[in-house]
Amino acid sequence: MSRPSGRVTDTKKVSGELFSLTYGALVAQILKDYENVDDVNRQLEKMGYNIGIRIVEDFLARTNTTKCTDFRETSEKVQHAIKLFLNVSPQITSWSAANDEFSLVFETNPVGEFVELPDNCNNLRYANILCGAIRGALEMVHLEVACWFVQDTLTGDNVTEIRIKYLKKIEDTVPPGDD
Amino acid sequence: MTVHNLYIFDRHGTLLFYHEWLRRKHTSMSKAEEAKLLYGMIFSLKSFVNKLSPTISKEGFLSYKTSNYRLNFYETVSSLKFILNTDNETNQTEIRELLHGIYTQIYVEYAVKSPMVNPGEVITSNLFRNKLNQYVQSSSIFKTH
Repeated sequence: MSRPSGRVTDTKKVSGELFSLTYGALVAQILKDYENVDDVNRQLEKMGYNIGIRIVEDFLARTNTTKCTDFRETSEKVQHAIKLFLNVSPQITSWSAANDEFSLVFETNPVGEFVELPDNCNNLRYANILCGAIRGALEMVHLEVACWFVQDTLTGDNVTEIRIKYLKKIEDTVPPGDD
Repeated sequence: MTVHNLYIFDRHGTLLFYHEWLRRKHTSMSKAEEAKLLYGMIFSLKSFVNKLSPTISKEGFLSYKTSNYRLNFYETVSSLKFILNTDNETNQTEIRELLHGIYTQIYVEYAVKSPMVNPGEVITSNLFRNKLNQYVQSSSIFKTH
């Protein structure tokens, strides 16, 4: 008797692993190219930014969402998007008093499934591509945010925590007046 | 029931893409001037419509209708603007579905996901143009005279 449902979850898991492995190979190569850990972090963030500006359109198309009225709604949308694309569900925690900062807490590093960081790379923010992607995606919907890692299971912390802070709203550029 | 032409603008007012199916009259301006004029007009209309609206609503300007054609406007959350000129007989819900379909099935699939298409630049991809053409021509509102 065939079990098609079993196969579907296996394929999803397989491509998730493939993604983690591919990402690992990418980070290893970038480390070799740049050698300086801060440069690598910057590059990963930039790559994430380029992914984020595109993936947001995919998210908008797939989920048919409308504009968010406040930052809490935005946080839920980010959580939904991570669930959609990475198949992991982060928790939203640690809201600041002004409701402009929150944390996404993952049990483990979402792309770091098979990863162990060597000793000389303790400052490496392995999944910095995620921070860049969140920043890029939110910029395309007119929100300027700062996004950084607070804790990372790969460097020995209990959980992986990304903090997102609202900086300002980006207005559309007004077209120049008639000559 | 016809579709005349389509303009796609990004959030900065750059004309990313233009395609026409049936346009019998052209303006004397260059494409760039026409695009700038259209974008400026749409921007002003949107702001005007919102200011004068008697109720609070999420959606603002959707379309305008003249004796010859109707201009349909679709804006995504990411401020991407699709402007589609059709004739007056076409059903409005079908047009909105078509515009939504153009965004989700053509733009996201063939422009956003293509590494050759950079944000803020004109889309020159032939694949995009062909897929768009196919999609619009196979829709129920397209009919050549």
